Amino acid sequence: MNPVIIFPILTLGAAAAGAAMILFLVAKKFKVEEDPRIDDAADFLPGVNCGGCGFPGCRGFAEALVEAADKGNISGLMCPVGGSDTMTEVGVFLGVEVAESDPTVAVVRCNGSREKAPPKLSFDGPAKCYVSHALFCGEHGCAFGCLGLGDCVAVCEFDAIRIDTETRLPVVDAKKCVSCGVCVKACPRNIIEIRPKGRKERRVWVGCMNLEKGGVAMKNCKVACIGCGKCAKACPEKIRAIGLEKNLAYIDPQKCIACGLCIPVCPTGAILATFQPAVKKAKASPGNLEQSKKETGEAAQKGVET
Amino acid sequence: MKLNTFKIGGVHPPENKISAALPIKTLPPPKQVRLLLSQHLGQPAVPVVKKGDRVKVGALIAGGEAFISANIHSSVSGTVLKIDNVIDVSGYRKEAIVIQREGDEWEDSIDRSEELNNDITLAPEEIIDKIKEMGIVGLGGAAFPSHVKYLPLPGDAAKADTLVINGVECEPYLTADHRVMLEKSDEILSGIRVMMKAGRVDRAIIGIEANKADAIELLSGKARAIPGLEIVPLKVKYPQGAEKQLIKALLNREIPSGKLPLDVSCIINNIGTALAVYEAVQKNKPLIERVVTMTGKSLKKTGNFKVRMGSPASILLEALQEELPPGTARIICGGPMMGKAVNNLEIPISKGTSGFLLLDEREARRKETKNCIRCAKCISVCPMGLEPYLLEKLAERRNFEACETEDIVDCMECGSCSFTCPSNRFLLDYIRYGKTNVMRIMRDRR
Repeated sequence: MNPVIIFPILTLGAAAAGAAMILFLVAKKFKVEEDPRIDDAADFLPGVNCGGCGFPGCRGFAEALVEAADKGNISGLMCPVGGSDTMTEVGVFLGVEVAESDPTVAVVRCNGSREKAPPKLSFDGPAKCYVSHALFCGEHGCAFGCLGLGDCVAVCEFDAIRIDTETRLPVVDAKKCVSCGVCVKACPRNIIEIRPKGRKERRVWVGCMNLEKGGVAMKNCKVACIGCGKCAKACPEKIRAIGLEKNLAYIDPQKCIACGLCIPVCPTGAILATFQPAVKKAKASPGNLEQSKKETGEAAQKGVET
Repeated sequence: MKLNTFKIGGVHPPENKISAALPIKTLPPPKQVRLLLSQHLGQPAVPVVKKGDRVKVGALIAGGEAFISANIHSSVSGTVLKIDNVIDVSGYRKEAIVIQREGDEWEDSIDRSEELNNDITLAPEEIIDKIKEMGIVGLGGAAFPSHVKYLPLPGDAAKADTLVINGVECEPYLTADHRVMLEKSDEILSGIRVMMKAGRVDRAIIGIEANKADAIELLSGKARAIPGLEIVPLKVKYPQGAEKQLIKALLNREIPSGKLPLDVSCIINNIGTALAVYEAVQKNKPLIERVVTMTGKSLKKTGNFKVRMGSPASILLEALQEELPPGTARIICGGPMMGKAVNNLEIPISKGTSGFLLLDEREARRKETKNCIRCAKCISVCPMGLEPYLLEKLAERRNFEACETEDIVDCMECGSCSFTCPSNRFLLDYIRYGKTNVMRIMRDRR
């Protein structure tokens, strides 16, 4: 055969064999011992890599799971997308007990719609909440309220949040929301909160973040929490789920039994719920009650599409 | 004659100095003043009065205890109503002292005579203490506490050899400094002598743009009497009033990134500050008044007014006997290039307020944003030699590390890039956002 062909074949072949040898030895020498359970555990996970668990993607979470399982306790870890079912499956596979945890969902803590908090300014800068927040207080004048430019919508991987065209407020679709918490981080005003879904989808929360005094808050928004404390008083004696700090009420979701007693007493209608509150003894004036009923009804329709 | 200017970048916005020929009118004190605790750069002042206290004009009401901070004095005589949060230029609520006016009684120590006092009796250290005591801050807009500039840098750093006085007023529309130069020239020159003594320098330069020929002529005539003082006319170009650009234009010295004028042996102050220093040191009068311009093409009358600090901006319109013109789309506090849009006319005038500008729908409208065409116009006009298109992109992606390496903190937010962009991109909006974040990150790191 022609040496012009044979020579390159031999030299390249020898080089390839040499390189293969080196690779083989290096692979032997530096082999990383990896727990085979990591890959298997990752197979149980949803694989959306949303980062809601706090780890870099599903594989990162699987590694953390296996490591925690070796210590015998994975209760601190939670996949918000897969929820309790996934965690139970993984727990069975890894042979550890998993405590039952409540499913959670994102809620929007602002009710300042176009109608309730009419715009006083017009913003013609970049339509991004984070820029708008850094430059000014918002078209409605409330320094705590939703800017309505949809940073939360842009980051949601699950198409579970959208901006209502009429109210200019974000609306969470509780069916699609996996409570990964990406929108919570995206919101420059910390308006979105992850709360337990509640029994029979019943949940109550304060739809306001305004820390200003009542009168000042009401100037910008008719449905602001004025920190009057009526809801805290209406909360049943044994529960006491509502705390008041810096002119703002907060309902502790762990304590709240979603009885709905606080909703009709709120003079501004700042407490939102996913259900129609049962009207018992009316403590508030009839007018307020009607208004609150109407608003909570609206919230039930708009706030959550179950 | 070839006029000096700074070398890189700069734009030529329409000047629109409508109110340049109108003399300064002194307005009566308003019924109520709201004095923000943070009218200056640095730490907010700490109130030393409480609700119900009676104060006279010029009484100390809040003390600046931190190194970079300034005292605040009452601008009216009356009773302290409350210490409350009021909406400031940013639209957010800031702490302020609200004083209800009763009469107009001044502190006895203040010399209210019009007589010119040219004898400088105080020693340099005493002058600096006086400037600090009287709460003098830079009146050009940034409101940097003035006494800090005269304190020597720690260690064996450079000593100042030149005092630069900024009479440029490069912002379109604004004419407050121009009028001050024309009407208070003797006081300004006396103030400059005080400042030269405080800074221990024997050379001072006043830079004035060539569009203020009357001020150049007047001050040049009077400046001959003062040894070491020089008036330099400058070619009109925005942003010549920025300290780095002005020092480059006048002295051809370049301040390195992150350094101060003192690093190139300069002290720089605004022309309004020279007047304030004169009043503080020679007349014992704290910084309780300033000259502001009320202007706008939609107004029938415009004007320059001397107002008490903490007055609402609406008294300017009242003084013009005008209503807010119908169709006003923007109220801007400051000039059209660097000013901030505000949401009402009740915001209090503070030490850094140079004027208010009303724009109608047509002037205020931002044109539709298009894609960046990589024309590099923003780079050629940036007076700091930055790349605004790149900074915009990096800030939009919130890549603050890259923003920092691209020197976003050198941006002085002059707005030349946004002004010149043919695609009307939101360059400054994003850069401002990025800069705020990078500065926060840098502060946290320290």
